[in-house]
Amino acid sequence: MTQDATRGNGSRFDRRAADVERRRQLRRSGDLLPVRAAKLIENGAVVITGICGRLGRRLARNLHRVRPVHGLDRRPFPDKPKDIEHHEIDVRRKKARDIFRRGDVGALVHLGVMHDPRGDSEDHHTWNVLGFQKLLDYARQYDVPKLVLVSSANVYGPRPDNPQFLTEDAPLLAASAFSDMRDLVELDMLAQSFFWKYPRTETVILRPTHILGTVKNAPSNYLRLKVVPTLMGFDPMMQVVHQDDLVQAILLSLQPGIRGIFNIAGPPPVSLSQGLSILGRPALPLPHTVARLGIDRLWRWRMTSFPAPELDFIRYVCMVDDSRARQVLGYAPRFDVEQTLRAVDEERWV
Amino acid sequence: MVRPAMDPRTALARLTDVAANDVIPFAQRLSATMKRTADDLALRLVGPDFDERVRLVRSRYEAIGGDPFGYDADFAKYAVMVCSFFHRMYFRTESFGMENVPPGRVVLVANHSGQVPIDGAIIGSAMFLDANPPRMIRAMVEKWAVTLPFVAPFFTRVGQVVGVPENARRLLEMDEMLLVFPEGIKGISKPFSRRYQLEEFGLGFLRLAIETGAPIVPVAVIGAEEQYINLGNMRWAARAFGMPVFPLVPQLFAGGIPLPAKYRLYFGEPMHFSGDPDDDDAIIEEKVWVVRQTIQSMLNRALKQRKSVFF
Repeated sequence: MTQDATRGNGSRFDRRAADVERRRQLRRSGDLLPVRAAKLIENGAVVITGICGRLGRRLARNLHRVRPVHGLDRRPFPDKPKDIEHHEIDVRRKKARDIFRRGDVGALVHLGVMHDPRGDSEDHHTWNVLGFQKLLDYARQYDVPKLVLVSSANVYGPRPDNPQFLTEDAPLLAASAFSDMRDLVELDMLAQSFFWKYPRTETVILRPTHILGTVKNAPSNYLRLKVVPTLMGFDPMMQVVHQDDLVQAILLSLQPGIRGIFNIAGPPPVSLSQGLSILGRPALPLPHTVARLGIDRLWRWRMTSFPAPELDFIRYVCMVDDSRARQVLGYAPRFDVEQTLRAVDEERWV
Repeated sequence: MVRPAMDPRTALARLTDVAANDVIPFAQRLSATMKRTADDLALRLVGPDFDERVRLVRSRYEAIGGDPFGYDADFAKYAVMVCSFFHRMYFRTESFGMENVPPGRVVLVANHSGQVPIDGAIIGSAMFLDANPPRMIRAMVEKWAVTLPFVAPFFTRVGQVVGVPENARRLLEMDEMLLVFPEGIKGISKPFSRRYQLEEFGLGFLRLAIETGAPIVPVAVIGAEEQYINLGNMRWAARAFGMPVFPLVPQLFAGGIPLPAKYRLYFGEPMHFSGDPDDDDAIIEEKVWVVRQTIQSMLNRALKQRKSVFF
């Protein structure tokens, strides 16, 4: 093949030219995915970053009986199933490359996104952006045929002029009001550019709305409060998605042939007050200025891990249109609103 | 003779006697009368089939798993009751040609007037209380209204949505009834000297109607122009306060109550447009011109027939 001939030349430029030519041929033949890659997607190992999180463990438990699963997380995985190979490595370290070097990786699922507004912003940035860039490099070098990034619908940002349901092509404006979201937006953008630059990898970006369940994220923690503070005179509509519905969506996106961006929403939306009354939680309405000032103070005194700009999430709508996921992925939420909301109170057994 | 001192117990007994025989029955009669009057008033305001209408509208949204835009039937009921006072008693609305409004998706295009958007509420009440079957009107709300506390959830619960084209498209695809005032803020803040003269129309509504295949029903609203007398816009004041317009309305300094002009609503025949929704402005403008002229001639005809502003 031409590729082998040019590799003998050794010039980096030639190799890239050959790569482009090969891709052009593939595109002309109408089959972007070689047969080997399609097989690898179906049977190859799945690398899950952030596997030790509650969502990661749920995904792993759903996957490890059907295909090999490699965990990549800097935390230990104490009660892992025997057939999961866990690598306790920081993504930023070179050692992470070894997982991909074996060439049996069929898919990379990136769950290890850090969003801890309390954390050190330097660490936050290098972990999220540089770490993910490294992963993308490995995916490109070792021809990983499938990449799934679980981003978030929050990257669109809650705004007063949002349409009721945002489609996948809406601009990502979260960082304009709240700069700590910048990393998450950048992550999404990186995956998007990877999608265009390396069509050999099927890149999937999932943007789920508020994930509820035993997971430890802001919306679940917020709903777990004994008395839930709300903003007086604001009652936006909300979309929530059950953690197991999201796991289902991730599994669906691992199918060969699926690529692109998918919004993931759960059951039909409810207003915040309806949601709280389903849960039976008393609401504590605070005027916006009081809430903002109070949370700012508490934040400075390190008494809350809830930054004040995130109040916009209980003030304005940030809902998505998931019709693309329903049509292309075949995704359909299995939990209704009540089950999804009640999932935050479930005992955490995993 | 010395009168015996009044036994405090008998005094108390007489007091309870009076209370039992006179005061309490009187209060009961009074409250019963008041309740009856209130019920009568409510019946006269909203009509005997109000509960049935509320149920019909609610069942429509229950069938699709709740309105995705946040319409709350139990809350909207009270808003309609308040509006119905203005609709039935204060402005004594008369509607003509309501049978022209087709079922399914439709865009109502009306002239905007009256300084305060009462015209929208009156068209909404007419569609809810007088149309058969009752329908809920969806209008577009200014973006800044969504940032105001209490106002934002109020609009959401009565089924009004943020004014962005994506929302309008989605509503029409849900086979809803959309109310559009293409004159916008220029129309509502017209001075009294230019009453019933249409301002320039925006083009967005027509592109939307072509795209979704929704018919356009022209609506002429008579009466709203006379509810507040606007002597003119004070540009310097508007600039000073950062407002789009600053109408000089003497009434606003005297309680702010609108004049009880009689409202008349004329619903024209549905107009269908076809073509490319992304056509040049020049081509869309011609079609918009047709709609605008239809409404203007409906207004002119209605004004000629009108005997009095108030009756």
